[in-house]
Amino acid sequence: MCTVCGCSGTVTFDAASGQSHSHSHAGAHSQTHDHLHFGMGAAGVSVPGLSQARIIAVETDILSKNNGFAAANRRVLQAMGAYAVNLVSSPGSGKTTLLCRTIQMLGAAPLAVIEGDQQTSNDAERIRATGALAIQINTGKGCHLDAEMVGHAMGHLALKPASFLFIENVGNLVCPAAFDLGEDAKVAILSVTEGEDKPLKYPDMFTASKLAILNKTDLAPHCDADLAAYEANLRRINPKIDILRVSARSGEGMAQWVDWLRARHMEKTLGRPVAQMHGTGKTS
Amino acid sequence: MHEVSICEGILGVIEDQARTLGFTAVRRITLEIGAFSGVEQAALRFGFDAVMRGSVAEGALLEIIDLPGRARCYDCEDVVDIMDRLACCPRCGGERLLPEGGGEMRIKDMEVV
Ligand SMILES: Nc1nc2c(ncn2[C@@H]2O[C@H](COP(=O)(O)OP(=O)(O)OP(=O)(O)O)[C@@H](O)[C@H]2O)c(=O)[nH]1
Ligand SMILES: [Mg+2]
Ligand SMILES: [Zn+2]
Ligand SMILES: [Zn+2]
Repeated sequence: MCTVCGCSGTVTFDAASGQSHSHSHAGAHSQTHDHLHFGMGAAGVSVPGLSQARIIAVETDILSKNNGFAAANRRVLQAMGAYAVNLVSSPGSGKTTLLCRTIQMLGAAPLAVIEGDQQTSNDAERIRATGALAIQINTGKGCHLDAEMVGHAMGHLALKPASFLFIENVGNLVCPAAFDLGEDAKVAILSVTEGEDKPLKYPDMFTASKLAILNKTDLAPHCDADLAAYEANLRRINPKIDILRVSARSGEGMAQWVDWLRARHMEKTLGRPVAQMHGTGKTS
Repeated sequence: MHEVSICEGILGVIEDQARTLGFTAVRRITLEIGAFSGVEQAALRFGFDAVMRGSVAEGALLEIIDLPGRARCYDCEDVVDIMDRLACCPRCGGERLLPEGGGEMRIKDMEVV
């Protein structure tokens, strides 16, 4: 039960303004060749203030409220010896399928799952069907989880010491990159049917991630997916990223993924790097 | 990016400051936005007017200072300024660049009464 409000079950958040994603393209933009660039207009011009006006130095991060909740979540996780993964991807890349299989492979390891979707509790139900602890957050119009929602959900979960906490973010390759949830690692799932250039089109998510899982490799031969090109584009955007080729359906690469998780968890516990059994194919 | 969330973040900071410093209106607010922050400025300006309506910052002038993107080149190991996330290293032409600055989304200062 949640210590904040005492409620249980699905947590619903509504975007306060009711217009969570307005994209006005009416502002300044430059038009070159065959595409438009937005957000490159000149900065606004300041008007001199009247005599009674004063200038206040603020020097505060715009997301400082979220970052404060994230830091609090991180302290709770640290105190429990838990390792939290924020799974980010476009819709349908296979996050829930991957999680269900991961839960089976982790066997007796303590774990819990926070599921984020705009609507439905389908994914939490799929997780619970494996026997694992899961809570659904519905963000309503919101297109990402924020740290306050996750802290609230953590209060509902009876998280055991030394657990894995898996947070499945809302399927969206853009917004979740900016919102720290207090996780130890963002893991980006990219399925091989999405197109080799996705890392270049949505660089922020892959910059923010420690690991990219190239999922649905069983489909690669059917859709002429060039796995080497996916990896080259991922490393171009983030030279430090770990990459694993996985099929959550056939099980290919799942052992390496579970090794990766265990090694990162152990690193957090020991406070030093840990070698892992299977490589992540990193070249440098 | 999620510009309305960003504007709600700005409003949250303004309201905190209004409570502690006791001002009643914001005339101008200056933000510092990095080239790699993912913020679409046209959408931010649109969202700003909508979100500030009815608050102490209704009608405030929004001023945005663009901060450059800084990245480490994994070929020549130098730290370089680039404005575009997919730009090559201006020193060696390398393509493997990891941002080290330019993700800023900060409120710098405000003019209040
Ligand atoms: N062939 C194949 N299909 C997969 C694999 N992983 C997931 N799928 C299928 O992809 C579809 C979407 O999978 P989900 O696990 O629901 O994807 P998700 O990322 O959780 O989706 P959202 O939560 O809605 O964003 C389902 O039909 C899965 O069966 C895989 O490795 N191979
Ligand atoms: Mg899912
Ligand atoms: Zn959004
Ligand atoms: Zn270089």
